[in-house]
Amino acid sequence: MNKKQWGKVSLLMSACLVSGAAFAQAQEGDAQRGQAAAATCTACHQANGGGMNIPGGESWPRLAGLDAGYIVKQLHDFKEGRRQSASMMPFANMLNDEQIADVAAYYSQMPITPAQGGESASEELLARGQQLAERGDWDAYIVSCKSCHGPGGNGAGSDFPAIASQHAGYISSQLLAWKNDERSNDPQNLMGAIAKRMSDEDIQAVSAWYATQTVSEQSDNSAGEAAQ
Amino acid sequence: MMFHKKRLVLALVGSSLATGLVINAFADSDATQADEAPYQGLVELGFPAPQEGELVHVPPTMEDLDTADIHPELKKVIRYGYELFTDTQQLRDEYVYNDMNCSSCHLGEGRQPFSAPVWAAAITLPDFRGKNQHVNNLEERIAGCFAYSMNGTPPEYGSDEMLALSAYHQWLAKGAPMYPSQPIYGRGFPAPDEPAQEPDYARGEAAYQEQCAICHRDDGSGHYENGEYVFPAPWGDGSNNWGAGLVRVDTAAGFIYNNMPLGQPRSLNEQDAWDIAYYMSSQERPQDPRYTGDVAETLERFGPTFHNRSLYGQTREHDGHVLGDHANMGEKGDVIPWNVGMPRFEQLSEE
Repeated sequence: MNKKQWGKVSLLMSACLVSGAAFAQAQEGDAQRGQAAAATCTACHQANGGGMNIPGGESWPRLAGLDAGYIVKQLHDFKEGRRQSASMMPFANMLNDEQIADVAAYYSQMPITPAQGGESASEELLARGQQLAERGDWDAYIVSCKSCHGPGGNGAGSDFPAIASQHAGYISSQLLAWKNDERSNDPQNLMGAIAKRMSDEDIQAVSAWYATQTVSEQSDNSAGEAAQ
Repeated sequence: MMFHKKRLVLALVGSSLATGLVINAFADSDATQADEAPYQGLVELGFPAPQEGELVHVPPTMEDLDTADIHPELKKVIRYGYELFTDTQQLRDEYVYNDMNCSSCHLGEGRQPFSAPVWAAAITLPDFRGKNQHVNNLEERIAGCFAYSMNGTPPEYGSDEMLALSAYHQWLAKGAPMYPSQPIYGRGFPAPDEPAQEPDYARGEAAYQEQCAICHRDDGSGHYENGEYVFPAPWGDGSNNWGAGLVRVDTAAGFIYNNMPLGQPRSLNEQDAWDIAYYMSSQERPQDPRYTGDVAETLERFGPTFHNRSLYGQTREHDGHVLGDHANMGEKGDVIPWNVGMPRFEQLSEE
């Protein structure tokens, strides 16, 4: 098989993968069924999906109001080893495809909860965080967070999750994981490339900034109302 | 100090790499990085290093503006210009009729080398411009962006918006010499080397879907959240029209190669950049405001000065579609950009 033919085969394969992923996301989750399946999640992610910021420990992310497609992908990635987490792996393994779609629907429809971890940040740290979030630091080729995570850091589709009102401990642990090559399930290394250019202080700053950003229900989680 | 930007100082002219370079850096009183060459970070990302004899300018930042010794009223106007530049959508339906901001193409707030840094216009204009065949100043150059890249119509010369935008350009040029005789480091969107194979639609489509579609969507419509755009549309009504600089295939290839995917400049090879540019340039977008009513006639008139580098008026091989053969002006409808075709210096041309 020559190079050109290989190109066609790999194109065909990626087309299959894309349509497969689209199918997984198109699989409508049932939030009501999801509530039952999520019983095992609440110990860490809490009944309201708010998670918990744990200074010095492993923070549990807020799931409430996150995009369903994003949650689905992460759970599959945990199961299939594309995203490493000793804590999440056993729980993800307990869920089948339908349950994954269901819990994702359940959490995505919950109202967004406030985040912790930015309360004691200095004004200077928050200012740096805001700069990185909204403008980036192009002298270090760090593009702004909002250029992918959307205005206000409220997320863009299923590929770029909401980071506003997420716990600082969780954001910083994930950025550090990318920086240290411990997480790489982002599409096209889009996050990894940026995280590697961020100093530890940058990571701390941006995590604190987004943790202090409250998200208004009306504009950003209209689905949340439907769930209530 | 921890979060202060790395400052560049003029002292680096003495370092070996900088010998022979003309370097303009906005020096600040708390400068600490005396030994660092400018744009070293870009070199590490695969960009060429500044060459001997080039003008290398590091524009001041908005933080520098806070501490600058200029009139507070001027600072306000420069800040307004910055706001317009990075959020041009605030002029939507008045001067802007697509989904772009100035900073959609001029990345890094117009400061970034190889991303058409805009301060270069402030030190090289007024000058003759091939595109409209007369001498343009900075305001007229900016007006061109409104008519083509923003698919709109420009604010009046001398208006608050126009003055603020030019003040921002000029602020970024602070310290750079007027009418430099040296070539400017990182100017424009320099095209990558000629590809090994002719740019190809099918290869470009495959590379686009693989490298670009996650943000710009497989149909090129861009990405919106709550009505606000996150990723701009590379073609279609939300994008620039057929008269914008970026429809020229080599310019598009230069933008892509040096800036995309966002955060990973120069990660695509030259062939991919050319193929993607060719594919992107083979899609429809709002009509060129210089349209005469006939695509062939428009091409004939503006081919020599512009469209000889675009695919305007060409027939797409795979489906026979003639690019630009339509009267769709996009969202601006009947709005006519007043600057397009405006006669200039007629009394001089008669001499």
